Amino acid sequence: MDNSSKAYWKETLALVRNMLIIWFVVSYGCGILFAPALNSIHLGGYPLGFWFAQQGSIYAFIALIFYYARAMGKLDEKYDVHED
Amino acid sequence: MGLQTMTYLVVGLTFALYIGIAVWARAGSTSEFYSAGGNVSPVINGMAIGADWMSAASFISMAGLIANMGFGGGLFLMGWTGGYVLLAMLLAPYLRKFGKYTVPSFMKTRYYSNGAALVGVLCLLAASLTYIIGQMTGVGVAFSRFLGVSNSTGIYIGMAIVFMYAVFGGMKGITYTQVAQYCVLICAYTVPAIFISMQLTGNPIPQLGLGSGFVGTDMSLLAKLDQVVTGLGFGKYTTQMPGSMLNMFVYTVSLMIGTAGLPHVIMRFFTVASVKDARYSAGYALIFIALLYTVAPSVAAMARLNLHATINKAVMQTDGDYFAPENSILASERPEWMHRWEVTGLLKFTDKNGDGRIQYYNEKSKDADFQAKVAAAGWKGSELKVNRDIMVLANPEIAMLPNWVIALVAAGGLAAALSTAAGLLLAISSAISHDLFKGIWFRDMSEGQELMAGKIAMACSIVVAGYLGLNPPEFAAGTVAIAFGLAASSIFPCLMMGIFSKTMNKQGAIAGMLAGIGVTMFYVFAHKGFLFIKGTEYLGLFGGKANFFFGISPNAFGAIGALFNFAVAFAVKNMTPPVPDDIAQMVEDVRIPRGSKKVDGAH
Repeated sequence: MDNSSKAYWKETLALVRNMLIIWFVVSYGCGILFAPALNSIHLGGYPLGFWFAQQGSIYAFIALIFYYARAMGKLDEKYDVHED
Repeated sequence: MGLQTMTYLVVGLTFALYIGIAVWARAGSTSEFYSAGGNVSPVINGMAIGADWMSAASFISMAGLIANMGFGGGLFLMGWTGGYVLLAMLLAPYLRKFGKYTVPSFMKTRYYSNGAALVGVLCLLAASLTYIIGQMTGVGVAFSRFLGVSNSTGIYIGMAIVFMYAVFGGMKGITYTQVAQYCVLICAYTVPAIFISMQLTGNPIPQLGLGSGFVGTDMSLLAKLDQVVTGLGFGKYTTQMPGSMLNMFVYTVSLMIGTAGLPHVIMRFFTVASVKDARYSAGYALIFIALLYTVAPSVAAMARLNLHATINKAVMQTDGDYFAPENSILASERPEWMHRWEVTGLLKFTDKNGDGRIQYYNEKSKDADFQAKVAAAGWKGSELKVNRDIMVLANPEIAMLPNWVIALVAAGGLAAALSTAAGLLLAISSAISHDLFKGIWFRDMSEGQELMAGKIAMACSIVVAGYLGLNPPEFAAGTVAIAFGLAASSIFPCLMMGIFSKTMNKQGAIAGMLAGIGVTMFYVFAHKGFLFIKGTEYLGLFGGKANFFFGISPNAFGAIGALFNFAVAFAVKNMTPPVPDDIAQMVEDVRIPRGSKKVDGAH
């Protein structure tokens, strides 16, 4: 593997790692582990922990995938490995 | 127009539409049959994935489950959507670059052996067949309740329809039919939810309605619901959890990685034109899925509140007394929809204390104060049994919505069940014709013969699925969750290691899959009986306590199975010969998008 594709893979993994950290925090963190603590805060009529478990995490997932797809597109161009 | 005529009309029109589309988009080649020619746009593909994904379980059962479980029901919402993040980032783009039609053919090439493909086919069949039984049963229930035909006639009609468009249309026909089915099912789900959200909160958007104030009070809807359910002895809606926090955590992991490992979903990513499109496809799919999944919690909470309000008049009063005799409704005055559902056996009323009124509360409450009040009021047990599956189907009737809405819900339920069944059938038939026949047994088959074998395999699978739907094994209800466990513990880890580890070899992968699926089945069988045969449970070996592994329920065990899979795979890899150089080179190629080809079937 040459240096450029090594660097590409390294950046890809770093991006995925960061995305998955957020993924974990919004679902398992806010939606399960810290939900009881967050419930003392309210978002409209929603207790915040409940909102994360039943609404917020899903919106976050969508945002994550689109951010990832865009960032990967840029990364592909940067390392000149994109499709024609 | 009567409800019956209206239902026939709406369901008939949607079916005509599906068949029309199937005729227009029928498949001519194997490439069109398995991957729709490999050039479906990401938005269309996302919609098709949405229809494929949202089964009878999502449409009919999920809101009912959440209504019962409250906060804990979030595990289904997070589990069945969070998996798409994993799919988009860890699997889809790389599998698309790899350029094969099916999951087992990836395993065969990446792990350079027929053995890996064979184990892959077995895992795929185990997961897909358990899943499809539930769909066929769902078709039967929807037909019999709404069209007044018998359960078995309903299943025959469903089989005939699926046969027509799946066998002739292949992936191409299925993809475009699923787009239509998605539109039908999402309207059917959201329209009643909008009506009900208007009624209860004055806010037409269900997602916001759930967080709004409850009409006629100064409380929020959720606070009101908490007050009502705790007043009737149930767990507090916004905090109640299934078992322990650990169980909820592990259950969510199982559903997420199971979602990412289900072959009929993964297959959809082979139908897009490029690696880039594969990444976006997952995002669009999740948007279309989220339209239903973010409405489901509102449907759940509002249906629960409506149900309690129907039975106990104190719900609608400020500081009402749930135990005052006049607040429980008279059985003779119960609404029409309750009679209609009592006929199906999904709703049962028995007047245990003989007072002619209906009491509905949590008779198993451990709160001594509550039980004392129950005794003082002369209540002798909860008198209403409500099957959770009727929550969505009966919702429009409970809220007294017009007939066309009820007819639409019937059509939506059928669309959800049929679209998922078609996707599963395609995954099964391709595994048999492409991976077993062409890939292993008869390598010199022509494309025409393979296409024919695929169609025959699909026809046979429809017959098997129909038979199982007509004679559902006793375990049918719990099987969908188990299908996720099986996919989570076998397919997901194997694919992931195939992409992210250059050194994983065939011995490791095969041993890992067998260990993962083996330990998961072992745990499930301990609770539900060997091969689900009643009376062969062997919990006794483990002290006779259910959920003996740290309180984790069998449905949630897929995540533990996946850990086993990874551990065994790496241990075995270190003891066996390393992966050949050309395979390591191939893995490197898969990691970069450039040079992606049209998906083809050649080996």
